[in-house]
Amino acid sequence: MLSQLARLHTRRAWIYILSLTILAVLVIPVLNRAVPKDSVFYLPDYLISLCGKFLCYALVALAMDMIWGFSGILSLGQGVFFSLGGYAMGMHLMRVMAGEGVYRSQLPDFMVFLDWKELPWYWLGFNHFWFTVLIIILVPGLLALIIGFFAFRSRIKGVYFSIITQAMTFALMLFFFRNETGFGGNNGLTDFKRILGFSLQEPAVKVGLYIISALVLLISYLLCRYITMSKLGRVLAGIRDAESRIMFSGYNTLHYKLFVFTLAAVLSGVAGALYVPQVGIINPSEMQPANSIEMAIWVAVGGRGTLVGAVIGAGLVNAAKSWFTVAFPNLWLYFLGVMFIGTTLFLPRGVVGLAAILAKKKLTGRDSLQMIDSE
Amino acid sequence: MTRKHLPSIFILITMSLLLLTGPAIQAVKAEDTIKVGILHSLSGTMAISETSLKDVALMTIEEINQRGGLLGKKIEPVVVDPASNWPLFAEKARELIDKHKVAAVFGCWTSVSRKSVLPVFEELNGLLFYPVQYEGEECSNNVFYTGAAPNQQAIPAVEYLMSKEGGGAKRFVLLGTDYVYPRTTNKILRAFLHAKGITDADIMETYTPFGHSDYQTIVTSIKDFSAAKKTAVISTINGDSNVPFYKELANRGIKAENIPVVAFSVGEEELRGIDTKPLVGHLAAWNYFMSIDTKENKEFIKKWQDYVKKHNLPGGDKRVTNDPMEATYIGINMWAQSVIQAGTTDVNAVRQAMGYQKVKAPCGFDISMDAKNHHLHKPVFIGEIRADGQFDIVWKTPGPIRAEAWSPYIPDSAKKVADWTYPWVCGNCTAPKYK
Amino acid sequence: MSSLSSPYPLVRLLAALFILAFAPPGYPDEGKLEESIGHLGSSSRQEIIASVEALRQLGDHRALPALEALLDRRLRVTKAGRILIKLKTGHGMIDAVTGVVIAQQLDGLDIPVINNQVRIVLSQTIANLRLASPDAEVRLAAAEELLLHPQEEATSALRAAIDREKTTKVRRALALALALTEVAGANKERRLAALDIIGQSDNPNFIVNLKPLLAKQASGEFQEPDEQVRQAARSALSAIERHMVVVGVMQNLFYGLSLGSVLLLVALGLAITFGLMEVINMAHGEMLMLGAYSTYIIQGIFKAHFPDQFAWYLVASIPTAFIVSGVVGMILERSIIRYLYGRPLETLLATWGISLLLIQTVRLIFGAQNVEVSNPPWLSGGWELMPGLMLTYNRIAIICFGLGVVLLVWLFLNRSPLGLQVRAVTQNRAMAAALGIYTSRVDTWTFGLGSGIAGLAGVALSQIGNVGPELGQSYIVDSFMVVVLGGVGKLAGTIWGATGLGVINKFLEPFTGAVLGKIMVLVFIILFIQKRPQGIFALKGRMAEG
Repeated sequence: MLSQLARLHTRRAWIYILSLTILAVLVIPVLNRAVPKDSVFYLPDYLISLCGKFLCYALVALAMDMIWGFSGILSLGQGVFFSLGGYAMGMHLMRVMAGEGVYRSQLPDFMVFLDWKELPWYWLGFNHFWFTVLIIILVPGLLALIIGFFAFRSRIKGVYFSIITQAMTFALMLFFFRNETGFGGNNGLTDFKRILGFSLQEPAVKVGLYIISALVLLISYLLCRYITMSKLGRVLAGIRDAESRIMFSGYNTLHYKLFVFTLAAVLSGVAGALYVPQVGIINPSEMQPANSIEMAIWVAVGGRGTLVGAVIGAGLVNAAKSWFTVAFPNLWLYFLGVMFIGTTLFLPRGVVGLAAILAKKKLTGRDSLQMIDSE
Repeated sequence: MTRKHLPSIFILITMSLLLLTGPAIQAVKAEDTIKVGILHSLSGTMAISETSLKDVALMTIEEINQRGGLLGKKIEPVVVDPASNWPLFAEKARELIDKHKVAAVFGCWTSVSRKSVLPVFEELNGLLFYPVQYEGEECSNNVFYTGAAPNQQAIPAVEYLMSKEGGGAKRFVLLGTDYVYPRTTNKILRAFLHAKGITDADIMETYTPFGHSDYQTIVTSIKDFSAAKKTAVISTINGDSNVPFYKELANRGIKAENIPVVAFSVGEEELRGIDTKPLVGHLAAWNYFMSIDTKENKEFIKKWQDYVKKHNLPGGDKRVTNDPMEATYIGINMWAQSVIQAGTTDVNAVRQAMGYQKVKAPCGFDISMDAKNHHLHKPVFIGEIRADGQFDIVWKTPGPIRAEAWSPYIPDSAKKVADWTYPWVCGNCTAPKYK
Repeated sequence: MSSLSSPYPLVRLLAALFILAFAPPGYPDEGKLEESIGHLGSSSRQEIIASVEALRQLGDHRALPALEALLDRRLRVTKAGRILIKLKTGHGMIDAVTGVVIAQQLDGLDIPVINNQVRIVLSQTIANLRLASPDAEVRLAAAEELLLHPQEEATSALRAAIDREKTTKVRRALALALALTEVAGANKERRLAALDIIGQSDNPNFIVNLKPLLAKQASGEFQEPDEQVRQAARSALSAIERHMVVVGVMQNLFYGLSLGSVLLLVALGLAITFGLMEVINMAHGEMLMLGAYSTYIIQGIFKAHFPDQFAWYLVASIPTAFIVSGVVGMILERSIIRYLYGRPLETLLATWGISLLLIQTVRLIFGAQNVEVSNPPWLSGGWELMPGLMLTYNRIAIICFGLGVVLLVWLFLNRSPLGLQVRAVTQNRAMAAALGIYTSRVDTWTFGLGSGIAGLAGVALSQIGNVGPELGQSYIVDSFMVVVLGGVGKLAGTIWGATGLGVINKFLEPFTGAVLGKIMVLVFIILFIQKRPQGIFALKGRMAEG
């Protein structure tokens, strides 16, 4: 098992991964918790939440990269899976604080607002954490399985698949926007108090959530890495590059595509579930079609078809967004727009591709793009 | 992964981490100014309404600075763009308080953005001034509400519609965009109408999604509904959808004399995007109108127009003032008075000083802050739309009325008391904390 | 044109002045007229209402200009209480009582403030007085105004007017107005006749007058004691209700077609850039927005420089919008998109970036707020096809406009040399190039055409909704749905897709509400694509594998 794991990367790459992990789960928390507040090295609390958020985005980007970068299927529904996971977590957080809401009612506040007398059936069970975890995995997974099954069976691909998933996104967004649906309408779920008995306002809990996100990201990364290195991963790449050839070679591409689509949905759902306690709100605007497109853009900026690229892309775009919206509130959309156009025009392989090109110039004469494919 | 480009990737990751932490390190500087945060969307769907509030906030701060600032320091506004993205509101709020150490934040428009930042302000003990009419049902120790609560806008308007002078409406269409503010307002209004003897058969409640633009079917059903009795429409349609709604009304020949529409989210700014000639006579209820004829208002408008000209803002001489802009102006001035009175920008001290603070507002009244529920006492005006996009004020309250943070018309909230003074010291309690 | 407001205000005013000038001398109530007009400028609305009602009693046409001015906010009151009328031209004033032109500039004039309550009485009175107008149009409008607010006091005036009336159309309207007042009267014969007239009118507005006749009291007895009258009312009501069913279906059909034509217009450009060129153009919505802003600019230019031709600004903005959006599209194609051909999913990302840039640019230039684009007078109001079925002019115009644009695009693609080249390049780029077609230039023109059509759609959208920087965002998902539903690369498919979606949506909406209706349509699209992945009009054979 361990030797299998070790084979995923070269030793040098492992050293980098481990040192980054240590930086993320040890150094950053220590800088926040143990360093005095007036020190230069002190990391303020808001940066911890911010980093935690980026890690969740990175997880979604990883999922997006699996489905798009490695399998060539552009799903514009990742935002929905992300939100479904988030809603499940949000519902759990709402349930465990029953009686502590504004109206001191056993029901969530918005239901009191709407004059509902009892909990709808689909809210039952969410007071148990294990049930919630199950839902976080099952609901996005099953939805992807169903949509994927029908879509892939009808051989819907390319742009058509993107549009169908976008239609799904839009329909679900409208559905969640309705107040009658019972998920809090436009406001969504917010004002959470506790997770597993720990107060969400506590800085230590925030650091904890951040560390969990980092670890989940690491495990998911290794899982995805394992898949892409395996035969399964090569079939997926084959589907991306020449689907009919793979079919003629006797593979049932439906199964492979379904697997990766479902995996991506589950990963997104988990990301959403981790995201919600850290940002403190989940509402239907997370399902806006634009958000799903943005997720694709993170991957494109980082570098499609490289898992590291997806993670870097998510971090880079969101960090840029975070910084620009304060530094240039009037002009930040320009930076973002130029970033997207520039990446697609000049960096078809994203930032990682750029790094590869730079490395190539220094070291070898080999085609840099090939290098990434063969990594 | 080949070894060759690993170092570059590593450097990249480290650099992006540095990019994150860099600004934080910068932030530790000597403070020779008082920083305040301005948290309004400058992009995305809400930019249409919120940009003006950012502008008017900057204008007010500039004005205070010209008078010499506060406590011998200049106020330094920190403008951020939460881009109509609700989680981003929370993130930016945290950044403003934690990183920029702002003394107060002026911002938010939608209820959901306020709900999103509320836990942040309570956790970090920040101070938020919220300038927009809203649904009530909230009273935080860290928020001062300078917009209207439902009893300062919705209920007087309905009372007017039912009066002889307002047309004596017997049937009501409650039409809104599907979100909390219309839902709650309509719930309150329905209870209020019941209390006035109007049955459910004479109330029609309809909601449309955000950004809804096709009102053909709804206007038809309003018309059919109005066949039986004198009908009025109470519209809580959100900004953007109002233009298609009013255009449809106008083109179907529905005039205000037949079916008056009273809107709670349509002011001078929204009417700028509409040809108002066919809308003459439709109503709006606010705590301020640009057409209010007082000395203070003339000064306010002049200041605003000068500011627009000086800074060459888009829209130029067509820019108008409206109710949330006045509320922003009142909020900042009140905060400044409190800072002077408290002698510090410390949140707890300023909050104490805020209670009973009074300013002469553009609407012509002395507006005071309620120390108990953190809402303003505001007068209510009802205006009819004129052909030039302004309002004729046809009715007003004799003086400012107190806000009800918790509506008496909703059973669960009727029991609640919002009182931040001793012995209650609580925003949503049924019994005092310190007995 | 809405029948409620006359299209010829100036004519109306002149007519009124004519009456004023040549009225027979020696009216007995001379003093009363002056006094009542004098009270129109009162600061108390109750007093204004009283004096308007007094003027109606007097029935003196000379009061008309003052009443009209009060309604239009053109009445002014001097400090001394003298009532003046600001002329419609905007220059000069006359005295409301004497009609004398006031030469000097007066300051400190008050404007009497009226509200809806005053407005109702005012409109009735004006309509009453206008029944004597020499202009048949004005009389018809007045009769229809009286239909909206029937008043018993008008009965005798109406009878007199019917006797005088020569034009059948006006006579009919007057008879109906009279019937409405007589239904509530005491004379049974007249009531039955009136009910008959109402039943024949098919006008759903009169249900309100019939319902009380059939209502029961709390004791279970009919409020209306006369069985014959009840019978007549019942048959009149059912006649109107039968008519309403027909109207309902026609209405939904019209709404569906009009929504469909909007969808068609917004999707047509995309059908070209996406359908023919396979560019996933996320900036398509911003081309719509540019078209709408072009309309706004042209409107401003007309307002400033050609106020007399203002009504025609929309016509001028059609080519402008086409050119503006088209040129922007061509620039984008030359500078960015042409590097991305064959990589449709990457065009999605780049055009997304473009859309952000365009939105922010517009926001910085015009501000984040919506701008006002008014309907020109000839698009305001509607055409009452039959009672209760009002087809608004702007919707009709958009349907026609949509059809016209489709026709032109079809002609262009199928009948013009450039269209031939476009089709050739779409079908087989390499072969087209081999035959000497300059394919990259054709690409530019095609993209420009698609964007230009989006600009045209923007002109249409400016007439029904908001014009703001985010205008395009709300249409982008819909346009993609339409194109995919119809079948990528097929214009006919786009037409069917758009009208189909519009009509389905509008027939669903009354039952499900706007939100659920839309969700159901989206689910329908998803299911439909599962069944027929290539859309309504599938390409056959080898091309389908494209």
